[in-house]
Amino acid sequence: MLDLTPDEWTAIALSLRIALVATAVGLPFGVAVAWLLARKDFWGKALFDGIIHLPLVLPPVVTGYLLLISFGRRGPIGAFLADYLGIVLSFRWTGAALACGIMGFPLLVRPIRLAIEAIDQKLEQAAATLGANRLRVFATVTLPLALPGLIAGCVLCFAKALGEFGATITFVSNIPGETQTISAAIYTYTQSPGGDAAAGRLVLVAIAISLVALVLSEWLARRAGMRFHGE
Amino acid sequence: MLAVDVEKGLGEFIIAARFATANGVTALFGPSGAGKTTVVNMIAGLVTPDRGRIAIADAVLFDSKARINVPTHQRRIGYVFQEGRLFPHLSVASNLDYGRRTSGLPEDPTETKRIVDLLDIAHLVDRRPGKLSGGERQRVAVGRALLMRPRLLLLDEPLAALDTARKREILPYLERLRDEVPMVYVSHHAGELRRIATSVVRIDGGRVTAVGGKELLEEPDADAV
Repeated sequence: MLDLTPDEWTAIALSLRIALVATAVGLPFGVAVAWLLARKDFWGKALFDGIIHLPLVLPPVVTGYLLLISFGRRGPIGAFLADYLGIVLSFRWTGAALACGIMGFPLLVRPIRLAIEAIDQKLEQAAATLGANRLRVFATVTLPLALPGLIAGCVLCFAKALGEFGATITFVSNIPGETQTISAAIYTYTQSPGGDAAAGRLVLVAIAISLVALVLSEWLARRAGMRFHGE
Repeated sequence: MLAVDVEKGLGEFIIAARFATANGVTALFGPSGAGKTTVVNMIAGLVTPDRGRIAIADAVLFDSKARINVPTHQRRIGYVFQEGRLFPHLSVASNLDYGRRTSGLPEDPTETKRIVDLLDIAHLVDRRPGKLSGGERQRVAVGRALLMRPRLLLLDEPLAALDTARKREILPYLERLRDEVPMVYVSHHAGELRRIATSVVRIDGGRVTAVGGKELLEEPDADAV
């Protein structure tokens, strides 16, 4: 089997933690934004939609730099978080999770939005006639019916977070044990003499994690889909 | 029982309907496109009238002058839709139980069993709605609406999606419901209404054109005119 060094294990564990946190924290916001975009018309919706999708088309370095000047220690948001809440994001793994979450957010929102748009709103009306208020309709009808979209969005966001490089390295740098993810570690190894073997091992690990995530999501989505068609 | 006096403009088409119902089964009878479904949706609270008043006995559900508009989920009016609208992600049993749970009513296995037997759907409870025939689906939809203990049951062309044999299969079940709860039954099909209605409100072009008994059904089907 692969004989991974402790440093490599650290990078793998860190990557998984960052990707999981980015996806989990992003999910409630993703559902809210997807619902807004799918169901509501409001002033500036096109602009809002554009901003949500911006990380998809901007060079990741630009996103990372914007994060650095706003969430860094001297940035307006970063200074506020550090002074009043004691939360420091720059050069910490939490900052990496923020960068990955923002880069993955458009990929998280899109499948959920499509799933919500595909739901027959007549079912929600039926739930209302049966005594369910709007929150209850959302929890018992909308959300379960959008479940395949939720799964797809989470997997895409997780995968993006796992592989994110540009925004992360710009915002939180490449510190072993704190912000050095698999991607950053591979980059470091390929830049140093004799690092090929280590880079190769991490490449295999990255492929394995991505494959497992894909297969798992396919299986979950199929199970969720099957529930709608009996047995 | 139910008193309706509403106006609603839908582009060029204006609905102005005024009628009252007694207990029993009131038929809303008229051709397709006469505005029957919109009237029923206003009673259920799914469509808001421009003006008017809707009340069940002393309970006002909508009054534009008094600015009352009770939301759908608080009206306690059962609704059987043309297409059933069962929740595809829930079993038949959970569909049947949905209204009771959301309305916060206590569990009542005896009542559930009575309704399930009345509609002959006991053998279906473990299935998913996707595996039901059209007739079975409508019987479950009726059961789901009844089990929330509605004060009024609305049925909007509940048999329209079914073939003639299925219609014949379901009508007897609907006849049994006559003593359960007051009903408003929308249809453009006189034959169906002749069997089940106790009074008739004829609607044409968004207006009530006649109110009376079954003699209003003696003409050919509304659509055939």
